[in-house]
Amino acid sequence: MRDAGALDPATLDADVIVVGAGPAGSCAAIVLARAGKRVVLIERGPFPGSKNMYGGVVYPRILDQLIPNWWLEAPVQRWVTRRSTMIMTDDKALTVDFRCEAWGKPPHNGATAFRPDFDAWLADKAVVAGARLICSTTVTGLLHNEAGAVSGVTTDRPDGDLTAAVVIACDGVNSFLAKQEGLYGEFDAANYTLGVKETLALPKETIDERFGVRGTDGVDIEIVGCTGGVNGGGFIYTNLDTIAVGLVLKLPKLAAQKQRPEELIATMKRHPAIAPLVEGAELKEYSAHLIPEAGISMLPTLSGNGMLLAGDAAALCLAAGIWLEGVNFAMASGMYAGEAVVEALRAQDVTVSGLAGYQRRLEATFVLKDHRKLKRAPELVLSDRVQHLYPEFVTSVAERMFRVDNPAPKPGVRRIIAQERKRVGIRRRDLAADGVAGLRSFG
Amino acid sequence: MGREVWPDIAFQDRIDSATFRVHHQAHIVVDSAICGDCSTRECIVACPANLFVPTSDGGILFNYEQCFECGTCYMVCNREGAISWDYPEGGFGVVYKRT
Ligand SMILES: Cc1cc2nc3c(=O)[nH]c(=O)nc-3n(C[C@H](O)[C@H](O)[C@H](O)COP(=O)(O)OP(=O)(O)OC[C@H]3O[C@@H](n4cnc5c(N)ncnc54)[C@H](O)[C@@H]3O)c2cc1C
Ligand code: SF4
Ligand code: SF4
Repeated sequence: MRDAGALDPATLDADVIVVGAGPAGSCAAIVLARAGKRVVLIERGPFPGSKNMYGGVVYPRILDQLIPNWWLEAPVQRWVTRRSTMIMTDDKALTVDFRCEAWGKPPHNGATAFRPDFDAWLADKAVVAGARLICSTTVTGLLHNEAGAVSGVTTDRPDGDLTAAVVIACDGVNSFLAKQEGLYGEFDAANYTLGVKETLALPKETIDERFGVRGTDGVDIEIVGCTGGVNGGGFIYTNLDTIAVGLVLKLPKLAAQKQRPEELIATMKRHPAIAPLVEGAELKEYSAHLIPEAGISMLPTLSGNGMLLAGDAAALCLAAGIWLEGVNFAMASGMYAGEAVVEALRAQDVTVSGLAGYQRRLEATFVLKDHRKLKRAPELVLSDRVQHLYPEFVTSVAERMFRVDNPAPKPGVRRIIAQERKRVGIRRRDLAADGVAGLRSFG
Repeated sequence: MGREVWPDIAFQDRIDSATFRVHHQAHIVVDSAICGDCSTRECIVACPANLFVPTSDGGILFNYEQCFECGTCYMVCNREGAISWDYPEGGFGVVYKRT
C-alpha cells in the first residue's frame, strides 16, 4: 500500500501522467481529462504522430464510445471497401478479393489514414477535454516513492521531473518504461517484426483505375509469399493520392540472411501481380517501425504499483496474418486504462490491486478475448510451411486447375492436390495439423 | 506486363525522402571494438536506414543522423554492450510528414 500522503493531490504535479501521445495515450488522456483528472500527456516528437508509422488502416469502431460520429471529422484518406488477400510465388499469385459497399458509408469499418494526421487529431481531443499536452519531451525514466511505487517520471527537460499518483506508459513497442519497471523480461527479437514502408505518389484517378475503386473508397491488400527467405508478409493500401507499399519481416530471419529490407520491397514491387499497380509511382516518404508480433505469448505484466501499460507498450497489437490491428487495440486499452485509473483514484488505491479494473476490462472485451482466440495465429502464419511451402502448393494447384491441357483430359482436383502436395514436399499429416491449427485459431 | 525492370530508388534518395531533425548529440553509440569480434553482423543487413557500415579494419562505422529510431539494431545484435541505444532528445530525430 502507498502512504496516504502520496495520493495527496496538492503535493503532486498531476493526478496522472500519460507517456506517449499515440492512440493509446491520447485515449487514456481523453477519458481521464473528461473525468476531471489533472492529466499530463508527454510526447517526445515535435507533435503527436510525428514518430509513428504503420500500414495503415485504422478500425475506429471503439471510438463510438469516445467521439460519437468520429467519421465526420477524423482525418481519413479513404474508406476501405475492398480487401484482398494474395498468396504469391515468384511468378504466380492467387487472390481472394472481397468487396463491401456498405463500408464506404457511415458508420464505416476501416479507413486509411496517415498517423501524423490521425494521432494529432486524437491528441487534440484530449487537449480539448482538458489534458495538458507537452511535446518535444522525452521521458527518460520513472520516479518511485519510499514505498517503491511509481510516483512520476524524469524527462530530458531542465527541472523536468513530474510527479503524479499514476503513470500510464503508452510509449510504444520499445517501452523502456515497462522494462525499467521489470514488467517485461529482456526484449526477445523473436517476438518482433520490422515494418518498412514506401509511401508512393500517384494521381488519384490512376489509383482509382488501377485498384478499381471510386471516390473515397479504398483498398487493402495483404500478401503472403512476397518476402523471399524471410518470414513475414506484405501490404498495399490506397490513400487518396498515394499508396503505401511495404513489408513486415521477422527480425531473426531478416538478420540471418543477405537481402536488405528495401531490396525485398523492390523484389515485391517487380512481381507481375504488383508491378502494374505501382509502376511510375514516385517515392514521397520511406519509413520503418517495429511491431510486437507474438500476441498473447509475449504479453508483459500489465500493471505495477502506480503504473499501467497500454497499447504496443503492452504488446497488445494483434498481428495475425489477415489481421494487422494495433491502433484499435491501443485506443481501447488506453481507454480502459483511463477508466481503471479513474476508479482507483476514487477509491484512493493505486496499487496493483487498486488498478485491477484494467485487466478486468481487457479480459471482458475484444482486447484480450481476440488475443486469446487467435493465440496460435501469429506463429502459424509466420511458420516455415505457411511462408515457404504453401504458397507454391496453393498457386500450383490453381494453375493446374485453370490450365487447359488439350488434348489431355482435365485431371480431377483431388488428384492435383495430392500430386502438388507431394511435389512441393508437404507431409499429409503436417497439412492436416496446420488445417486444424488454422481452424482452432481463426474458427 | 512481365518483369520489366525500372530503376529502383537510389538508397540516398530513399533516406532523404524522410525528414530528420538532427541533434548534435548521438542517441545511439556503437562500440566498434566489440564489433571487431562479431562475425554474424546482424545489424548490417537488418538496419532499415543502412547505418552500420563495415570498415576495412574489421570494425563498424555508425552514423546516427538518419535513423528511424525503430530499435531493430539493438534487438538483433547479440553482443552485450556493442550498442547503447536511446531515443534522441525530445523534438529531434525522425519526423514523419503530415498531409
Ligand atoms: C509496418 C506497420 C504496419 C502496421 N499496420 C497497422 C494497420 O494497418 N492497422 C493497425 O491498426 N495497426 C497497424 N500497425 C500497428 C500499430 O501501428 C500500433 O499497434 C499502434 O501504433 C500502437 O499504438 P500505441 O499508442 O500503443 O503506440 P505508438 O503509436 O507507437 O505511440 C507511442 C507514442 O509514444 C511516444 N513515446 C515513446 N517513448 C516515449 C518517451 N520515452 N517519452 C515520450 N514519448 C514517448 C512516441 O513518440 C509515440 O508517439 C502497424 C504497425 C507497423 C509498424
Ligand atoms: S552492432 Fe552488434 S551485430 Fe552489429 S557488428 Fe556490432 S556486435 Fe555485431
Ligand atoms: S534504430 Fe533502426 S534505423 Fe536506427 S540505427 Fe537502429 S536499426 Fe537503424
